[in-house]
Amino acid sequence: MSDILLSVENLEAWYGDAKVLHGLSFELKQGEVLALIGSNGAGKSTLFKSICGLLQKKTGRIAFKNEVITTLVANAIVAKGIALVPEGRKLFPSLSVEENLILGGNVGRKGPWSLQSIYNLFPILKEKRNAPSTSLSGGQQQMVAIGRGLMSNPDLILLDELSLGLAPIVIKDIYDMLPKIIGNGLTAILVEQDVTRALASSQQFLCIQEGRISLEGAPHAFTKDQISAAYFGM
Amino acid sequence: MIWVNIIIQGILVGGLYALFAAGLSLIFGVMRLVNIAHGDFIVAAAFLAWVVVQATGLNPLLSLIIVVPLAMAFGYALQKWILNSTLGKDILPPLLVTFGLSVILQNGLLEVFTADSRKLNAGVIETASFPVLPGVAIGYLPLLQFIVAVAVIWGLQYLFYNTALGRAFRATSDDSETALLMGLDQRKVYAWAMALCMGVVAIAGVFLGVRSNFDPFMGPGRLIFGFEAVIIGGLGNLWGTLIGGVILGVSQAIGAQINPGWQVLAGHLVFLLVLAVRPKGLFPRIDG
Ligand SMILES: Nc1ncnc2c1ncn2[C@@H]1O[C@H](COP(=O)(O)OP(=O)(O)O)[C@@H](O)[C@H]1O
Ligand SMILES: [Mg+2]
Repeated sequence: MSDILLSVENLEAWYGDAKVLHGLSFELKQGEVLALIGSNGAGKSTLFKSICGLLQKKTGRIAFKNEVITTLVANAIVAKGIALVPEGRKLFPSLSVEENLILGGNVGRKGPWSLQSIYNLFPILKEKRNAPSTSLSGGQQQMVAIGRGLMSNPDLILLDELSLGLAPIVIKDIYDMLPKIIGNGLTAILVEQDVTRALASSQQFLCIQEGRISLEGAPHAFTKDQISAAYFGM
Repeated sequence: MIWVNIIIQGILVGGLYALFAAGLSLIFGVMRLVNIAHGDFIVAAAFLAWVVVQATGLNPLLSLIIVVPLAMAFGYALQKWILNSTLGKDILPPLLVTFGLSVILQNGLLEVFTADSRKLNAGVIETASFPVLPGVAIGYLPLLQFIVAVAVIWGLQYLFYNTALGRAFRATSDDSETALLMGLDQRKVYAWAMALCMGVVAIAGVFLGVRSNFDPFMGPGRLIFGFEAVIIGGLGNLWGTLIGGVILGVSQAIGAQINPGWQVLAGHLVFLLVLAVRPKGLFPRIDG
């Protein structure tokens, strides 16, 4: 048995006629944290949508736990153990904090995460559990979004721009929690605008530029200049 | 005293209008679908109950035990096999398809049952009443109808805000793409919503058929009443729908008292008045 959890081969993806991903290939080992970096519009969120099944117009091969999931729909893929914490949080405004979390566990996968363990991780959410999710601060909303993703007890979690629109101090708080979130051997892909922070939190990184991989490897194997060249395409 | 009586009778009829409206309100709230055939389904449910009563000899009110599950199964299938494929960004296809269903239902019912009007006979409960004030008596049937309407609205409200299915309804209505990430297939969620809607339609149809004669072409009129109750009460608010039904019932009763020909007209006028003054209805949903 290989310890490859996710393998993506020659992935191409479209929005309508516009091709956004141009043949991406990479592998992710069990327990690894992969930083996915690249400038705005490079295709990071599109890669996430392709993996978790929200984007159907794609070719190539995506395998998860040695099973091909390329053609599965999103509601089937979450049941297989891939959770997405979407860019912009995307909480359900009609649901309370606790209902958002409960819905995250809707697929009924067993594992370490439950309402109780989420509340232990983010005690403020327990205090606000009956509040509408829209009444929370940005940082608290991000905690709900992370908690909602964890509630499905995923084997792989995709974290898309956790820091979007948050104050630096709040971002620091969230990142301080990261080891607890992915500490249980959870495999993760982390998209982050702040490259230094992303690289510091991961063992591997992947830089994409206009839908193609421009650099990949271990963060310390490259100089800052090499990475920023791959990032900006200079 | 005569006006007290009129208002009380109007309130009780309002319960029936709320039953016409509750399913419309539910479906619009969950999937932004306006079902043009809603009234025809109510009439079709009355015919279905008529068939069940003929076959079993049950009291029509008891026939609900059979009619409601049948209607729910039909609603699930209708959504799954027909309506789901019409839903999308464009609001026109579902309107056209449900309009088509309306035509098909009316002509289908005409073909099978002819244009003769029929009635469901519920026995003594139809005429029995008890006095509350001098000159004011409350009929058991209108009272039962009103209590059932309140119970249905309460039940839907409870389901919406306290159960896993209700959570799925709200989440899917908020953002169906993110709901997929929770493992919720919107097509299934919608099918359950339509099943519930048709269960309420069945109840409405039986009360309609017990209260008065019905024929295959009564549907559009019931759709209008239901639609007016929903709009008066405010879209997406079930208790508002009940109050909307009551306002419509009272307006019609007062109009009929002034001039028998003004019954329906008075309802339309109040509806237009509310629309002009409060375009979102009296009790619109507060959140987005
Ligand atoms: N829903 C969409 N429809 C059409 N084009 C889109 C859509 N979402 C993103 N794009 C385009 O796809 C490209 C990649 O976007 P995205 O994956 O969101 O980038 P990133 O997450 O790296 O900032 C961009 O050019 C963007 O304009
Ligand atoms: Mg993005």
